[in-house]
Amino acid sequence: MAGMTTAAQPPVAPPSDRAPEPRPAPPARGRRPYGRLAVLLLAFLYFALPVAASLWFTVDDPVKGFSLDVYTGHLVSGDMLGSLLLSVELGLATVALGLLLVVPAMVVVHLRLPRLRPLVEILCMTPLVVPPIALVAGVNTVLSWAPDLARTPFYQTLMVIQDENFPLVLVLLYTVMSLPFLYRSLDAGLRAVDLKTLVEASRSLGAGRLTTLGRVVVPNLRPAVVSGAVLSLAMVLGEYTVASVLGYRPFAVWMVEVGNEEAELAGAAAMLSLFLTWGLLLLLTFLAGGRTRRTRRQRTTS
Amino acid sequence: MSDRPATDAGPPGRRRTARRLHWPAVLPFFVFLALCFGLPAGALVYGAFTATDPATGHSHATLDNVRQSLKGIYATGLGGSVQLSLICALLATLCGTLIAQAVVASRRPALRRAVVAACGVLANFSGAPLAFAFVATLGTTGTLTRLLSLGDTGFSLYTTAGLVLAYLYFMIPLMVVTVLPALDGLRTQWREAAASCGATRGQFWRHIGLPVLLPSLLGGAVLLFGTAFASHATAAVMVGSSVPLITVQISNALAGNVLAGQENLALAMSLNMVVIALLVMAVQIPLQRRSARWLG
Repeated sequence: MAGMTTAAQPPVAPPSDRAPEPRPAPPARGRRPYGRLAVLLLAFLYFALPVAASLWFTVDDPVKGFSLDVYTGHLVSGDMLGSLLLSVELGLATVALGLLLVVPAMVVVHLRLPRLRPLVEILCMTPLVVPPIALVAGVNTVLSWAPDLARTPFYQTLMVIQDENFPLVLVLLYTVMSLPFLYRSLDAGLRAVDLKTLVEASRSLGAGRLTTLGRVVVPNLRPAVVSGAVLSLAMVLGEYTVASVLGYRPFAVWMVEVGNEEAELAGAAAMLSLFLTWGLLLLLTFLAGGRTRRTRRQRTTS
Repeated sequence: MSDRPATDAGPPGRRRTARRLHWPAVLPFFVFLALCFGLPAGALVYGAFTATDPATGHSHATLDNVRQSLKGIYATGLGGSVQLSLICALLATLCGTLIAQAVVASRRPALRRAVVAACGVLANFSGAPLAFAFVATLGTTGTLTRLLSLGDTGFSLYTTAGLVLAYLYFMIPLMVVTVLPALDGLRTQWREAAASCGATRGQFWRHIGLPVLLPSLLGGAVLLFGTAFASHATAAVMVGSSVPLITVQISNALAGNVLAGQENLALAMSLNMVVIALLVMAVQIPLQRRSARWLG
């Protein structure tokens, strides 16, 4: 089966790179696009209302009227900053670990071990089949074996990864959960560039393997690496299920704890998290933008 | 598998060195997956089929957990999750396709860029923050509830309908992003050909548009079903246990909220979820292949 799947995929197939064909000017029709406008307007209302209403909810005090107390008073507290910092640290560690594991493996598999490609694809996609709550149920069981291993080094390892200040176990699980994002974007990136030629050129000019990886492969995969990294980061910053079951307190868990007492504060935190995601994705388009602009220029000159 | 020779046809000696230098790149990945994904998954399956005697501490193989996880309130929870996911997937597929088609038909690149960017953010806006945004909007003291006095009409956010409303908030953008490329793939020439053969717009959609799009639409719907089925945080924060859902029941059982020592029941319920997700995947993969044939 593995061979079949490889054979079915043409070696040079950049489907992600397919730009939409230039469309001719719209033919003059008698119909006015009322239906289309109505659809877009309704969609806009549905998506704008909760954001607008939440913002209003956080600044509208039933007694005092308009006030920014939530934002100036309680939102920025040591508690909140601590949990936000933990989330960011977890996110960065997840991205670093994920990229360190996946980029070399995918590049080598792509270049030298094409037989392993279907296997790597299936392995990277299986975390999609196991919902986070099921994954954490399994992890909970593994962690509960600790007392039985008390005399072995495994016990120490299990204790170290559950460190309250920096729970490595979350990093490991988040890395598993971010594999599909990383795989998808890197796969698209690998198909879009002729890595084989680039690597051969670099090797024949005398570069070592690590130099080739660092100075030729990764820069060429930059948009893919950045988009995979940002998607994983966004996932980690909003993750609640795994952290709450295992009893840690990153941003989303803090938000829920606070929300049980102060609804306004939770609303403000929710808006903060929405704008954080928005900022992250803006950063992504900015970082990936440099690359696309360059390729477009190359295309026009060639 | 890894001890097969690499495909580059060099002399045997060179091939051996090449292989020796491959494993540092590939091995960590496989070891990591085995430890951090394989081990918990194995523990999940093993635990689902064993029970530990609290008195002696001995565990034995049993089907009790699985049987119990498919009975009573747990069956209701599983059914509730499937039903909610089905409703959400259908509605999101419909709305997402309509919006995507409106964007494609308007042929304004600026509108398209704005919609794609907005969808990227909104599709990631799920979990606890989404729940709080909806509570602030439509909850008991939410802005819209007060403004429109929705409380008098009997509307409540903390029901299945409220959950559908909240889930659609991230599922519709997901569908828009998924279906846009497929709608782009509908060539203008096909429409022109149909028109010059005298077909109306309705006939074009019924005989050409929908049949070509159908695999992509179904594939998108299946993906959405899986997303809704697996999502836990939004429901846990918004409705808690008032709407029976399997994800919330699993987290309750894990926390020992219901009865102590139900971890294995939680594992059996998790296994049920994995089985359903696997079925979903089994439907989606052939659909993707079919849509790639027309639109790839």
